[in-house]
Amino acid sequence: MNLGTRKILDRSFTAVGITSILLMAAALLVVVVPIFSGGIGAIFFKGTIEHRKIQYNEFEKGSRKVIDRQIAEVTPYRQEVYRILDAFEADMETMEPAEKRDYLSKYKKVRDIVAHLLGPIPGDPEPILLRYQYGTTRWEKAEESLHDLMFVTKWDYSNPEEMAKQYFVPRADEFAGTALAALFPYMEKNLDKMLLPEQTFYWGFLTERSLDAHIFGGIWAEIQGTFFLAVGAMLFAFPLGVIAAIYFTEYARENFFTSVLRSANSTLAGVPSIVFGLFGLAFFINTIKVSDSKSVLAGSLTLAIMILPTIIRAAEEAILSVPRAYKEASMGLGSTKWRTILTVILPAALPGIITGGIISLGRAAGETAPIIFTAAVSVGATIGVADVFTQPTPALSWNIYNLASEHEAANEIRHVQYGMVLSLISIVLLLNLSAILLRAHVSKKLKG
Amino acid sequence: MQMTAEEKDTNRVATESNATREIFLPPERERVKDGGTPHVSAKNFSVFYGNFEAVKKVNADILSRYVTAIIGPSGCGKSTFLRAINRMNDLIPSCYTSGSLLFDGEDIYGRYTDEVQLRKKIGMVFQKPNPFPKSIFDNIAYGPRLHGVKDKKALEEIVEKSLQKAALWDEVKDRLDRNALGLSGGQQQRLCVARTLAVEPEILLLDEPTSALDPKATAKIEDLIEELRGSYTILIVTHNMQQASRVSDYTMFYYEGDLVEYAPTKQLFTNPRDQVTEDYITGRFS
Repeated sequence: MNLGTRKILDRSFTAVGITSILLMAAALLVVVVPIFSGGIGAIFFKGTIEHRKIQYNEFEKGSRKVIDRQIAEVTPYRQEVYRILDAFEADMETMEPAEKRDYLSKYKKVRDIVAHLLGPIPGDPEPILLRYQYGTTRWEKAEESLHDLMFVTKWDYSNPEEMAKQYFVPRADEFAGTALAALFPYMEKNLDKMLLPEQTFYWGFLTERSLDAHIFGGIWAEIQGTFFLAVGAMLFAFPLGVIAAIYFTEYARENFFTSVLRSANSTLAGVPSIVFGLFGLAFFINTIKVSDSKSVLAGSLTLAIMILPTIIRAAEEAILSVPRAYKEASMGLGSTKWRTILTVILPAALPGIITGGIISLGRAAGETAPIIFTAAVSVGATIGVADVFTQPTPALSWNIYNLASEHEAANEIRHVQYGMVLSLISIVLLLNLSAILLRAHVSKKLKG
Repeated sequence: MQMTAEEKDTNRVATESNATREIFLPPERERVKDGGTPHVSAKNFSVFYGNFEAVKKVNADILSRYVTAIIGPSGCGKSTFLRAINRMNDLIPSCYTSGSLLFDGEDIYGRYTDEVQLRKKIGMVFQKPNPFPKSIFDNIAYGPRLHGVKDKKALEEIVEKSLQKAALWDEVKDRLDRNALGLSGGQQQRLCVARTLAVEPEILLLDEPTSALDPKATAKIEDLIEELRGSYTILIVTHNMQQASRVSDYTMFYYEGDLVEYAPTKQLFTNPRDQVTEDYITGRFS
């Protein structure tokens, strides 16, 4: 091939390589940017007075005096809303039955939205669910509800060829000429005075328990559950994996049995995680009954089986990369094999073993399928360390899926889902970062 | 492979009584005190890698407290023979031996021989300097610690003594806590010698100890061997014939697994009995 062509080919390959990396980076950005901005929104947002009330009532955070003062501040504006509602209700009593029936369903919608925004309307019975005991805690949610209040959503079905189109009609039109008509401009004008939005830094999102299935509160139970599961998996898998790797590299003879073991290990690494989940349920819970039902212990064991092949592989490679000379030197000095492994080979292989371990820890933290049947519950209390043998736990990976797809108010709590995703990604990234740092530290110590 | 009559003849030289051998010592090299007894004796000793016979029916006595060099072209079995003496070949799964190899009259490959105790008495220094990635102190103290020395004072003493014997003490005494990998190649190799000396072996096996070193470091190692001669039985495998003639009292020449000639160094280099030996030392092949 002539020189010119070769150079052109070289360059074009470089170009293709760089392009593919850039494309990857761009795709990653498309995913990461919304996760990041959405996740930050879970912690940093405009919180209303309702948010501060919950913080004080449920977690005893904030000061009574400030809250009392703010309640006093919002009360006159809210009183005006309730007065308008009362006036309209009184008007309805005087209407013709047909007219009243017509207004009743429309009015109920308005009343629901107001209750959703400001909390239970005075005179109503105290709601049982916490989510109905408070108004909207986040200002952007309040603005959405306000839009709902101001406009009726309608669908245009006129063209059967196309999908129906959404359009909005002012709700005030439905109540034109009644006492309620005054409500709409009043709400639009004074909503911020009724809710007092303030820029809030809600650190408690990470450290507080969730209230009423994540409608309010934080995700501590999930973070802690993820931590228990991953660390538990590590406690089982790490020693076992390192011991297995030592066996494979230092003791196993090349025969049929070990080659079967090796290929079994490789196969295990490729088994889909949901299969491990079913295995965990069938074996740990149904057969050997480590717990009566789902438990952290069963989940950890299942995750441990799942990450075991990775740990074995990483440890094996790390041990094999230790120069043979170290082993010879130690044996030549009259050391036993076991002593050589403990004092020379393992310390030298440590950086690789630790890296493999922490990356597996990250994987255990992020896996969903193995814990669905063995450990995860969608809504659960924060458990103590002593409960891990018997109690299931919520966990980030499973709850991200659950809150996004099965939660009855999935649409209301997008910020919690994003917050969980961001937390999980941060945890995994932090673990990987610490693996890199630890490795650098240990290697530096070894090299002097 | 069948041994020729000539080879049988040369092998017999090796098993002759010590008195005859001593006569051949070159005049410029002193006889050592309390030395010259057979320390390691090979009788019909062979080493196999699978089906390949790497060392073929060797008969030889290694004399105590003298320096014996092992020379020969690559792949001739000289390293294999050396490593057989402290059973380093055990680390290779397919390796086995036949015949007998005695150390102080006891079979090295005997059923009840503890290879760990054996390696304590027969120390080895390898081709490439291989200090552990630990501090200089820990490197030297590794062996004594293995064998049960725990007292800090005693360890310090051993470290100092061993480093002094290896002529390294003055260079490293201020940085014993530094990582051994920071030393130069020559220093590392002397550290390896010191590490081996720290367990107080009787025999020192040197497997091409200078092949990875520059001439200056090589000279230091050779001086060191001269220094240790008379205190330890030393076997040195080397590719460098000048080195063999400089440092050794006796020389073994291996060719394709056979011990072709084993004689006092001066005799082997000036008046070889065997044609192959002569061809090799005169550089007809290597």
